[in-house]
Amino acid sequence: MAQSQTHGEGRQTLSLPPWFKRLLATLATVAATILGLLFVTFMIGRVMPIDPVLAVIGERATQAQYDETFRELGLDKPLMVQFGIYVGDVLLGDFGKSIRTGQEVATDIGRVFPATLELATLGTLIGVILGVPLGVIAAVRRGSWIDQVARFVGLIGYSMPIFWLGLVGLLVFYGILGWVSGPGRVGIFYQGIVEPITGMLLVDSALRGEWAVFRNAFSHIILPASLLGYYSMAYISRMTRSFMLEQLGSEYVTTARVKGLSEWQVVWGHAFRNIRIQLVTVIALAYANLLEGSVLTEIIFAWPGIGSYITTSLLANDMNSVLGGTIVIGVIFVGINIFSDILYRFFDPRAK
Amino acid sequence: MNGTAGWRDWLLTDEPASRRQARLSSWYKGWLTFRSNTLAMLGLGVLLFLILAAIFAPILATHDPFAQDLGNRLLAPGEQGHFFGTDSLGRDIYSRILYGARISIYIVLLVVMVAPVVGLIMGTVAGYAGGWIDVILMRITDIFLAFPRLILALAFVAALGAGIENAVLAISLTAWPPYARIARAETLTIRNSDFIHAIRLQGAGPVRIVTRHIWPLCISSLVIRVTLDMAGIILTAAGLGFLGLGAQPPSPEWGAMISEGRKYILDYWWVATIPGIAIFAISLAFNLLGDGLRDVLDPKESNS
Repeated sequence: MAQSQTHGEGRQTLSLPPWFKRLLATLATVAATILGLLFVTFMIGRVMPIDPVLAVIGERATQAQYDETFRELGLDKPLMVQFGIYVGDVLLGDFGKSIRTGQEVATDIGRVFPATLELATLGTLIGVILGVPLGVIAAVRRGSWIDQVARFVGLIGYSMPIFWLGLVGLLVFYGILGWVSGPGRVGIFYQGIVEPITGMLLVDSALRGEWAVFRNAFSHIILPASLLGYYSMAYISRMTRSFMLEQLGSEYVTTARVKGLSEWQVVWGHAFRNIRIQLVTVIALAYANLLEGSVLTEIIFAWPGIGSYITTSLLANDMNSVLGGTIVIGVIFVGINIFSDILYRFFDPRAK
Repeated sequence: MNGTAGWRDWLLTDEPASRRQARLSSWYKGWLTFRSNTLAMLGLGVLLFLILAAIFAPILATHDPFAQDLGNRLLAPGEQGHFFGTDSLGRDIYSRILYGARISIYIVLLVVMVAPVVGLIMGTVAGYAGGWIDVILMRITDIFLAFPRLILALAFVAALGAGIENAVLAISLTAWPPYARIARAETLTIRNSDFIHAIRLQGAGPVRIVTRHIWPLCISSLVIRVTLDMAGIILTAAGLGFLGLGAQPPSPEWGAMISEGRKYILDYWWVATIPGIAIFAISLAFNLLGDGLRDVLDPKESNS
């Protein structure tokens, strides 16, 4: 401020404020990363053994038809030009047509994505509600039984195949105990009752006041969401514990204790306040991991989300859909990564 | 004085007489620290057990893992001499698990031969060369680091075709960036040290410095990281197998076995459950071992 007042008269100063420079650098990183992602998916689409022309026109087309489609798809142009066209298309939201469903891939993804979002959001919510307190208590009572529980939860979470735990969960809670509904998003009698608003069934049925649908949808989503929540709880509690240990060992905490503050104020009012930003970045990463990690869970629970979409397309050799889905998840993943990075770098004074 | 005590004193001496004694002594002290970690020893034990099971699978197996017997399909564990029962084609699950251990170990070895090596080369070259080479290589690393790994592995397998080797390649292509980061960080701390200057004055070229003097010093941090990552790699490989993109039937790969048993989960729980326990055992073992190794090799990173 002071600088612009003294030097700003009569001529434009070119020195940009430091936050603006960092913002530019971050944007350049985002652009480079997304371009890299598109390059990888482009190369995957090109090196794959399936002939993209035959995939469109079928085996029995004549040579003339083949040549025409070859040109239409732009395959006669140099590779870099093809890549340029590809980037342009993707930036406009055009991923090509799905061979399997016959629709635009972008339309397909718009239809299936809310289901994944709903599942991952609920999963992260469960992970945060259970994981943060568990991590804090494990750090405060280091070495106690609750710390051992936290460690055990983490070890299981890092070692158990999610698709297997999902199957066992189905067997126990659906097959034997009957506490929850089985695979799928909602029972057959409740299908198509709720007019979509957001595409997320729980939100839509609540907004429309269809509580019977809401209850049924909830009984379907709770098991897969708890499963994903367990994995994100394992990660979040582990990170929370190590952040808290770092804070609790520092001198200001000792000062606060010496001052005679209650343990509650020391832990939550002082130590926890200082890990909030780190924690938000961890939660954001956990969320990104769930969006990606829901692929296997969706298969187990026949959940009609983007993970199921990609896998089914994969088995049907429908490359446009696979790559479109990969790009969408990739961009969200990169976005969340950058978001947590920005949050950390811009709002945590220690990062400077 | 008996022989063992003599060896022990020789190994634990404070004044090693030779370079070999000093090296063996530090290994032995590391082993003593490691041995006191019960959980890490448990992990090591489970892994040794699985390796032995894989080696002696032909002797330990009670049945041919590929032999189908449709008359005896979906037998419960213990029935008619099938320890873990039979699957939907009447194949003995116990024997298939044993042979599956071979596949898991094969996958682990393949990934270990590719991902850390790529990371090591990228990281040390970037760190040692510096300048624009460093910038470009690290940009590429960061780009790969920001990708969703499972989804990208899926897309790679889709392009390359399903199969164990392609699954391993796909996993390796997404797994190397952290190793490059570690190797670069190590290189940056090593490259300006006095002993590197001394070697350079003796006339050693960059290739010799990197391969003979920097690589050996990066190994221990890489080993820890690889061990800790191994559980994740096994889970990803099993996940690809489960989706039908890794090992192909009739291969007794554990993930593929779960996939086959999935249809029968509600009535014949053991078909899908038992291979899952095997996957859990091997990845848990790697996690425990990795934690223990970290405590021994890299005490400053320990978080217990």
